[in-house]
Amino acid sequence: MTAEPTRPGPGFDTAAGAPLPVSVAFQNWYRFSRNPTALIGAAIVLIVICCAIFAPLIAPYPEHVGSFVDFRSRHLPPSWDHPFGTDNVGRDVFSRVIYGYRVSLLLVVVVLGLSVPFGVILGLVAGYFGGWVEIVIMRLTDISLAIPPLVMALAITAVLSPNLINAMIAISVLWWTWHTRLIYSITRTLKHQEYVEAAEIAGASKLHILFRELLPNCVSAISVKVTLDAGFVILIGASLSFLGLGVQPPTPDLGTMVSTGADYLPERWWQSVLPGTAILFAILGFNLLGDGLRDLFDVEDVR
Amino acid sequence: MEFVNFLARRLLWSVIVLAGLSVVIFIIARVVPGDPARIALGPLATAEQVAELQEEMGLDRPIPEQYLRYVGGLLQGDLGRSLLTGRSVNEDIGETFFATLELVLATIFLAFVIGIPAGVFAARNKDGWADNTSRIISLLGVVTPSFFLAILLQLLAGYVLEILPVTGRLPAGMQFDATITGLLTVDSLLTGRFDVFIEALRHLLLPAAALSAATIGQITRVTRSSMIDISRQDYVEAARAFGIPDSVRIFKYMLRPSFVPPLTILGLEFASLIGNAFVVEMVFAWPGMASYGVRTILQKDFNAVMGVVMVSGLFFVFANLIIDVLVGYVDPRIRIKGSRA
Repeated sequence: MTAEPTRPGPGFDTAAGAPLPVSVAFQNWYRFSRNPTALIGAAIVLIVICCAIFAPLIAPYPEHVGSFVDFRSRHLPPSWDHPFGTDNVGRDVFSRVIYGYRVSLLLVVVVLGLSVPFGVILGLVAGYFGGWVEIVIMRLTDISLAIPPLVMALAITAVLSPNLINAMIAISVLWWTWHTRLIYSITRTLKHQEYVEAAEIAGASKLHILFRELLPNCVSAISVKVTLDAGFVILIGASLSFLGLGVQPPTPDLGTMVSTGADYLPERWWQSVLPGTAILFAILGFNLLGDGLRDLFDVEDVR
Repeated sequence: MEFVNFLARRLLWSVIVLAGLSVVIFIIARVVPGDPARIALGPLATAEQVAELQEEMGLDRPIPEQYLRYVGGLLQGDLGRSLLTGRSVNEDIGETFFATLELVLATIFLAFVIGIPAGVFAARNKDGWADNTSRIISLLGVVTPSFFLAILLQLLAGYVLEILPVTGRLPAGMQFDATITGLLTVDSLLTGRFDVFIEALRHLLLPAAALSAATIGQITRVTRSSMIDISRQDYVEAARAFGIPDSVRIFKYMLRPSFVPPLTILGLEFASLIGNAFVVEMVFAWPGMASYGVRTILQKDFNAVMGVVMVSGLFFVFANLIIDVLVGYVDPRIRIKGSRA
């Protein structure tokens, strides 16, 4: 788990084998920069994040984001004026894709912000305390894992009404389980390490052991998992709105765009194929970056 | 005897999971804001009508009693009445389930038939062009949303090349009742209706391909890495030293143990497979349980939605039970350890 560099890098190239005083962060960056897939992934993620943050500056027609209608320019194929063409009411698809990234990333931030801390804390508690606490938490986790997340999200949005907030709730409800599983298995092996036992003997509080001794050693695994998760949350959010159960029009959402555009296949393919490619692009970025981080931190079994 | 023990433990665990699932579903259905009876009847219904339906649905009783009645119904296999179709949810799901089952089974078949040979091939050519190509294709399979892949396949094979049908299970005029197993491809073969078989297969191909891409990608990757791990084992090295030919070594000594990781992956993937079936069925107008589920969700048809979620969970738990037993069969060490996880 710890950053014990096994591969040669700067600071390890000296003839005597004695490491030069190079920071761990720099060693990590050196290894990261030599992993082409991780770099491509990082570049894609950066592009997507920039699109989301600077959407008003990047989108050529920011006014097309809402319920804008211009029937003279509907169904235009891709051109210099409209790189991704226009949709069935004459809105610029490219502008809507850029703003769609905003909605997707907002979903990712809220879902992971709610479910990861919750899942991690449960995992730490179950792994460290053991006994009936472990049994209750882990059995609950196993039961939750038996429900297909998309099906659960569908059921919850059905009961509540379909919109962005409820989609966030619906996805978060089951998302913590994977983090609990992961952190539980790491904590269970860590709690017999000498430094944890030393802290116990020194009289450290339970809180101190959980959050100052155990949690820091889970951070690399969590960061890999969160990066991979970001892609899957985008995927599940897009699937929900594709079915009409997520973000409601006229808010630009990539899944909704694919589903409305699909009515105009095959002649007006750009209306669904290009937003779909945009979803794929974002998920691909998070996946490549996650894979790269996994190699970097050497946490094999995080998926 | 030891295998029976293993089986009993797994069965018991499945029952516990299903009991937990029923509580979760009940909580969602009952504790959420809003009155199911009011939602079902719409804003125009009078207070008396709502009260009548509440009584009929048992909503006026205390929550624990409602739960017991609900579980009692489940145990008798009664999922209640659908407000959308006016029929019992059992009938509706019974009619649509086998279409979904056929799609999922075809998907698993494709995933293994393509994924395992691709993984073996990639491992044989480790770091060569074949390995790199399979890595890129697997990655694309994993990151492409299945509804998007479904649309792309529809566009390509249905509209551009016009070789395969893009909606439904059978052509509009064709009549065939699948009464033996419920699976069109199997029943048509059993009854000797080869014309139906060909058509059913042609309709099945695109949805199954769209649904299987992610699983194929995952299975290819894990088969590759487990084949590489196993090829470094002493007994495989020994077989090579004895001059046993490559083909025998791969198929007899290496393939069997390398079936375990793909099976495990399938168990983990099964949840997202069922989830993705919902979107794929919608794209291809596949008359399965998933498209029934989406239709009833949009109509706020509670009994039907909860029935679909429960059956999906049941399907998932049962599939994982079978996978565990298969893994225990392929790798006897697992039976002693307990479950895979």
